[in-house]
Amino acid sequence: MSIQLTVNKKKMSLDIDPNTPLLWALRDHMSLKGTKYGCGIAQCSACTVWVNGEATRSCVLPISAVANADITTIEGLSDHGDHPVQVAWDELDVPQCGYCQAGQIMTAASLLKKKPNPSKTEIVDGMSGNICRCGTYHRIQEAVKLASEIASKKKTKSTVKKSA
Amino acid sequence: MKSTRRSFIQKTALFSGAFCLGFDWFQANGKEVSMVQTTMESGRFNAFLAIDPSGKIILYSPNPEIGQGIKTAFPVVVAEELDVDWKDVEVRQANLDTQNFERQLTGGSGALKHSWERLRKAGATARKMFVQAAAQTWNVDASTCKTSKGFVLGPKGQKASYGSLVAIASKLPVPTEVTYKNRKDYQIIGKRTKGVDNQSVVTGKPVFGLDIEKPGMVIAQIIRPPFGATLKSFDAADALKMPGIVDVVSFKNKVAIVGKSTWEVMKARGTVSCKYNSGDFDSDSTHQKWFDEGMKTDKATVQRKDGDFAAALARSAKVVEATYECPFISHSPMEPMNFFADVRADGTVILAGPTQVPQSAQKAVASLLKIDEKKVEVELSKMGGGFGRRLNNDFALDAAELSSIIKKPVKVMWTREDDMGGGIYRPAARYHFKAGLDASGNMIAFYLRGVGINAGNATRQDNFPVGAIENVLVESVNQVSAVTTGPWRAPITNFLGYAEQAFLDEVAEAGGKDPVQMRLDWLARAKSNPVGKITYEPDRFIEVIKQAAEKSNWKKKPGIYQGFSVYFSHLSYVAQVADAQMVDGKAKITHVTAVTDCGEVVNLSGAENQIKGAIIDGMGHALFAKLRFNDGVASPTNFNGYRLIKGNEIPTINAYFVDNGIEPTGLGEPALPPTGGSIANALYAATKKRLYKQPFEV
Ligand code: FES
Ligand code: FES
Repeated sequence: MSIQLTVNKKKMSLDIDPNTPLLWALRDHMSLKGTKYGCGIAQCSACTVWVNGEATRSCVLPISAVANADITTIEGLSDHGDHPVQVAWDELDVPQCGYCQAGQIMTAASLLKKKPNPSKTEIVDGMSGNICRCGTYHRIQEAVKLASEIASKKKTKSTVKKSA
Repeated sequence: MKSTRRSFIQKTALFSGAFCLGFDWFQANGKEVSMVQTTMESGRFNAFLAIDPSGKIILYSPNPEIGQGIKTAFPVVVAEELDVDWKDVEVRQANLDTQNFERQLTGGSGALKHSWERLRKAGATARKMFVQAAAQTWNVDASTCKTSKGFVLGPKGQKASYGSLVAIASKLPVPTEVTYKNRKDYQIIGKRTKGVDNQSVVTGKPVFGLDIEKPGMVIAQIIRPPFGATLKSFDAADALKMPGIVDVVSFKNKVAIVGKSTWEVMKARGTVSCKYNSGDFDSDSTHQKWFDEGMKTDKATVQRKDGDFAAALARSAKVVEATYECPFISHSPMEPMNFFADVRADGTVILAGPTQVPQSAQKAVASLLKIDEKKVEVELSKMGGGFGRRLNNDFALDAAELSSIIKKPVKVMWTREDDMGGGIYRPAARYHFKAGLDASGNMIAFYLRGVGINAGNATRQDNFPVGAIENVLVESVNQVSAVTTGPWRAPITNFLGYAEQAFLDEVAEAGGKDPVQMRLDWLARAKSNPVGKITYEPDRFIEVIKQAAEKSNWKKKPGIYQGFSVYFSHLSYVAQVADAQMVDGKAKITHVTAVTDCGEVVNLSGAENQIKGAIIDGMGHALFAKLRFNDGVASPTNFNGYRLIKGNEIPTINAYFVDNGIEPTGLGEPALPPTGGSIANALYAATKKRLYKQPFEV
């Protein structure tokens, strides 16, 4: 029995074991390798994707649970790698080894959707489930702040344009 | 990207008419740089820069990124001396190519130091050739020309891009004498340069080892035996019936489950049962017994002896004595071990994946399969951290052996449990210190015995304060175990540093001295009249200590408990002051000040990342990390039991660098060793409890 789902705006149909975690379905069956494996037991958040817009750990989520859902992965976060979070991540030179960063970015972008202007505590708390073994935490926190500023500037600009 | 020489030639064909310089990034010793102008068919060189007529500058980095920033830092140095705009530079990853590269190794903080001179010479030589080419064209004296951002500027306002000079420059003889830029003219070195891999990271490109996918590839996971155990039998009957399972095979006490997809392999693996011999395998109690024995034995290896320790101790007015202990810990890079191997019927082998030492992977696999090294090709991938773990090629050997058995291209993937439970740990060690103080509280006798388990020499016998103390005895004992160990970020010093710096805090207290002043007094002695040989430069030590005391407001912050430490390792000096505060009745590290002397800071952004990352790493492991052993099996094996530090547990950190322009030294490691000490000392200041064992929080 095949499972239908939408991944990065593309409709997909998968005919695999319904218990397969979404993480491995993405990586092995949809060739989307941006989402990372770190622990497989919902402890590190390296595997974070959005399920119907909500940041979710994909390593413990069977695809049977995401039938007909709308999935966004790091590859689908923006068309040109220019989501404010991606821009901020590059601007502040966040990555060291880079392996955890897809999960960090998906978590951060989801946080900013809910709280476009988060306080320092909201940033620290919102990002505290994501492990970075290289210890890039300070820059992650600064980059979330910067991303919120970039996003709000963009918004003002487009409002200005519209009204003009 | 293929790594054969032919494919390099194909690649260079992309820039036909390009100016190519081969240069020796990596010659391990000596400062001579042999410059050969090459078309890639000729000459022996390690990497090259190419400038095509359109002005595009390509720098090939022989070393993949593991997180310590050299893939960015190396090209920065070349670009600086070449005098080009960083935005015109493209950095590309080279694969292992032993014919054209000499040392492709990412390990130890020494990489940049070894390469500094070569990188500068590579850039400066090319620059000089462009100047000569322009001078010739304009018929002026080369000394009247300047360069700026990829252009040669003539005395009468002439201007020519490097790109337009390629044809002429590439026919000139390679100069042997070049002059380097004055550091005050640096445009890129010392500034913030973003990581060259940032774009691929933030957009989720498949650049890591685990992302490798090849035609016909199968996936495998391997069940490894308890340390020291022998596999007697295994039952894979159920697994073999499961969907997607291709094979279950055994080699060297391991059982490999091979299948079409990761999940199918994981599921099937759970049904395989293995039987091992019984025996007296390592447990925590074994390790404690070995520590006790190692402390008592009269067969310790003397690592250093200055004066007469025993006599000096006997006449001391006061003796301070303490034992410190550190457990086995895992490297736990965020990307678990994995490797791809394809042992082909025609006798060639393709290896691909994250290794810090591709050349030794090539050698080891060639010797395992008894084939010529030239038949083994290694493709390099980006590495999701390493911390020393990827210096050991066990994962590459497993993959090659398995591929040779199943006769298929295979990617061996370690689960987190395999990675944490599968060995090559930081060794465990116990340290015993004794200090004899005279009537005025000065240390006149210093003793250290380090007992390590598979640690080799668990001491660093020439460490400061050795050199400042009249009577010293340093001894080591190594206990041999079946638990496998290897270098872990700042090998040995990552735990020895904590023990030494915490003990010296006890010495200061017992002698009624300020920990900062006590060290400055010792350094004055080591400078004017050293005891025996010293390996550090007292002045550089003094400078980081003074700056750290000043920048941290040492002992001038009311309500803040401070701890000091300073350490010299990997040729760099780092002084730290940790601040602790009482929060809800509990002492908490809230801030760390770090002053580093690593010579010239090549990339300020990367340097800050390394210092802060190393402090967070050192603190997290000192607070939380420990592997336990029971009958040869390590636990915990995942992040639910093995706690890594998180973003809501970190102190603020101020990282400062001494601005002295000395040749750059290590940066990936040196900030880690002092961290355990500075935080242990700050926590002591707050609680009056000494922390003799890592992890501090159990
Ligand atoms: S891999 Fe999913 S939380 Fe770690
Ligand atoms: S950047 Fe390496 S794990 Fe986060």
